[in-house]
Amino acid sequence: MKSLRRGWKRLLGSFSRENSDMSDELQSHIEMQTEDNVRAGMHPEEARRQARLKFGGLDSMKEYYRDQRGLPWLETTFADLRYAVRSLRKSPAFTIVAVLTLAIGIGATTAVFSVVDGVLIKALPYPDPDALVGVWHSAVIEGGTSRNVNHSASMYVTYLDNNRTFQEFGVWNNGASSVTGIGEPEQLRTFRVTYGVLRAFGVQPATGRWFSEADDSPGTPETVILMYGYWQRRFGGDSQILGRTVRVDSRPRQVIGVMPATFQLNGNPEIILPLRFDRGQLPSTFAYAGVARLKPNVTIAQANADLERMIPIWAEQFKMQRFASLDLRAAIRPLKEDVVGDIANVLWVLMGTIGIVLLIACANVANLMLVRADGRQQELAIRTALGAGRGRIARELLVGSLFLGALGGLGGLALAYAGLRVLVAIGPANLPRLSEITIDARVLAFAITISLASGLFFGVITVIKFARPRIATVLRGGERTASQSRDRHRSQSTLVVVQVALALVLLVGSGLMIRSFRALRNVQPGFSQPERVQTLRLAIPPAQVADAEAVTRMQKAILDKLAAIPGVASDGLIDGLPMDLGTQSSSPVSVEGQLDDGGLPPVRRIKFVSPGLFQTLGIPLIAGRDFTWNEIYVKSEVALVSDNFAKQNWGDARAALGKRIREGTGGHWREVIGVAGDVYDNGANQPPAFIVYWPARVQSASMGVPEYTPRSVAFAIRSDRTGTESFLKQIQEAVWSVNSNLPIAQVQTLNDVYEQSMRQTSFTLIMLAIAGAVALTLGIIGIYGVLSYAVSRREREIGIRLALGARQREVEGMFVKRGLVLASVGVGIGLVAAAGITRLLSSLLFGIGPLDPVTYIAVPLVLVTAAAAASYLPARRAVRVDPAITLRHE
Amino acid sequence: MEQKSDVWQGTLALMVLKTLNALGPLHGYGIARRIEQTSENLLSINHGTLYPVLLKLEQEGSIDSEWGISDNNRKAKFYRITKSGKKELTAAEREWQRANDIMARFSALQGESS
Repeated sequence: MKSLRRGWKRLLGSFSRENSDMSDELQSHIEMQTEDNVRAGMHPEEARRQARLKFGGLDSMKEYYRDQRGLPWLETTFADLRYAVRSLRKSPAFTIVAVLTLAIGIGATTAVFSVVDGVLIKALPYPDPDALVGVWHSAVIEGGTSRNVNHSASMYVTYLDNNRTFQEFGVWNNGASSVTGIGEPEQLRTFRVTYGVLRAFGVQPATGRWFSEADDSPGTPETVILMYGYWQRRFGGDSQILGRTVRVDSRPRQVIGVMPATFQLNGNPEIILPLRFDRGQLPSTFAYAGVARLKPNVTIAQANADLERMIPIWAEQFKMQRFASLDLRAAIRPLKEDVVGDIANVLWVLMGTIGIVLLIACANVANLMLVRADGRQQELAIRTALGAGRGRIARELLVGSLFLGALGGLGGLALAYAGLRVLVAIGPANLPRLSEITIDARVLAFAITISLASGLFFGVITVIKFARPRIATVLRGGERTASQSRDRHRSQSTLVVVQVALALVLLVGSGLMIRSFRALRNVQPGFSQPERVQTLRLAIPPAQVADAEAVTRMQKAILDKLAAIPGVASDGLIDGLPMDLGTQSSSPVSVEGQLDDGGLPPVRRIKFVSPGLFQTLGIPLIAGRDFTWNEIYVKSEVALVSDNFAKQNWGDARAALGKRIREGTGGHWREVIGVAGDVYDNGANQPPAFIVYWPARVQSASMGVPEYTPRSVAFAIRSDRTGTESFLKQIQEAVWSVNSNLPIAQVQTLNDVYEQSMRQTSFTLIMLAIAGAVALTLGIIGIYGVLSYAVSRREREIGIRLALGARQREVEGMFVKRGLVLASVGVGIGLVAAAGITRLLSSLLFGIGPLDPVTYIAVPLVLVTAAAAASYLPARRAVRVDPAITLRHE
Repeated sequence: MEQKSDVWQGTLALMVLKTLNALGPLHGYGIARRIEQTSENLLSINHGTLYPVLLKLEQEGSIDSEWGISDNNRKAKFYRITKSGKKELTAAEREWQRANDIMARFSALQGESS
């Protein structure tokens, strides 16, 4: 306590200037003693002398007093800091370049870290998140093992009844529903859950209650829980919301709760609906993702074992032995993996990239510092000669560079703040946990750490180089007279080589991404001129139009109205647009005549389409013909297949016509009447999907359902007017003239869908390209800086050479050669490093290998050319020097 | 002439506190003189050594100071013992007392055996 108080006082003392105070006090002490001595009869002269003797060493006392009053190390640090500020102010050009370079490096790193932290590192914002798991199965599908097989309703029921390791368990899926009766009809993203899901997440509603088992049971009043954002947007945060009725898909539902603002889900749903399974009549599709909260101390391995125990129970109870060929196994994983998804790869690559940029920035600043310290050699040598300790000089250099690092960090934080907005805006739309990305205490701590680490980095380099000046050499004046020796700028050259090598790695990375992106762009997606195709999504709920045929007629009426809009070439509808990864569905499809061993036939992409759809999207018909409306009305057993499906099963498109296929192992056979061109439905980086097209209205679609008409479909309209305001308005009028209660959702062109599917690649590309460009610029500046400095130190030598008759070209060549040597060494090292590091990019590449020769030849060429230019500029300046003037300096 | 003892730091602080406690506010010179007088000149201190002790005591909060005018009309800094200083003093005195007692016992022991 006492020493704490004393430390505090000393800290305060460091800042005050009471030295004169103390002087006064000691002075008056001596005066009083002198007076007493005089009174005692001494001669005044002698009295003063005795007083001083009695007092002891006055100056050493003052010194001691000063040391004790404050904290001397703190004071000298302040002195160093003041010195650093002064010298930075004296060379504004250096300061601006150094701080800006650092700010860019630190800012970019901080911004990306905040994304990595928000998305990958932070725990999920749910209570006890480690116990939360995504429940999945692995299965063998088409020869490959998928670990993303979800649940059928019967599995849910089985697991709910029989599990021993789940504290809570539920299944969910995402959907869309229209809400009517409050303002304009609106289509909302929904999160549909069994009652266990919210309990598993464990986040209490802000008001109201969770779903109960009763809400899940058919026959009880229907209920809905609102997400906070929708509650705020639509109801203005109405506190009387509980008990209000909302019409969802035209059926009244009672609001029983509102989730808090902190409860966020992937896909940003707006309302939560209960999934109701009738235990007597469970749907058989595998359409539900599972989530569970494990019981305390249960490991994922134990939960997997538990799940594998239950799979045979399920197969037995629901007669599902035909799925044996799938080899279903448990694949439970932390929920975080589900939430984060495959974006992790991109983010880590990005983090590494940005880290390299920071390193390059630091190397650049270190170089600048070395140049400055070099200029101070003489001063440092003199101070050393006068007795300044190495530690003292090292500290001064370190304080200076740490201060510079701090300034850079400050600028970096500002940049990060701005950059984060940009990053989030251009980031892939599927970037999860967006709302959790902020500059919080942890990001701040990160920024401070890397700022100081940067400062330390180039500080230490300078210290190692200069804290022990070679007094003799420097003071002898060797500095001014000698030409630079090879050793003199070894560290600068090393830094430049490192910079070039790092820049090369980044440029190779961005080169590979550019080549991948071009390859992706060159893939013909299977449809044509997507920018001319306007799409929108309409859902007709059963509560509004109960009869399935009436739904088809309403869809046809809308298509007719849309076709009548001036400038429309054709239109059609489909349940899932090509490349629209959110709306695809798949089912097993069997081919007549192929061996049916009772196992599950291969799973194919299924699409329900109307006549005119292929023409509208520009998907060519390779053989046969399109559906007709008549076939749809009478539910004809007809089908189209994709070209690759036809070739795989019958060897040729023409051979497919007249053959029969069916969904699953039951139901009616359908005759193939046409073959459509292949479509890259899973994205341009995946092979084209094997697709089966059913008419937009069928009998006995999948197992057990008597007939099926897709109620939520995308309407596609091909027109030159696509995207114009007037066109969109006419579309809306056309739709609402048929049914004014239909919300119009997902208005976008087919090209938007196409771009969206490439967003991850283009995002990685943009970030790597920016990083590569910054790295290249910094690297070039580095080379330029080192050579300029070398030229300025050798002006005298150049003057002599020129005076003695050296040709300008030769002198120029001398410097350019040095620049090229540095660049080449850097490129050589960089190539080796890149070959190793770019392997990490493999999963993001398309159409090329990580050792793509074009990239590996082009990038070094670009770098060496840039380096040659950067060397030529200072070299030309050197030979412009008039020898007479240079030599007169001496 | 009797031999004068050197003063070591810890005891000097105690003497300063004791002096200030007994006599009220004093300036540095006054304290130095008083300590010499109290010890009947057995103790001779370099007056300079007093000031670091005063500084330390002030930083610890045992004393505080104020500029004032001395008897002979000179500007001087007056020190005064604070409440916590008094507490400090009591504790230190007790400590010394105990140390003295123990030493005294040992001294007595030695006397018997020799």
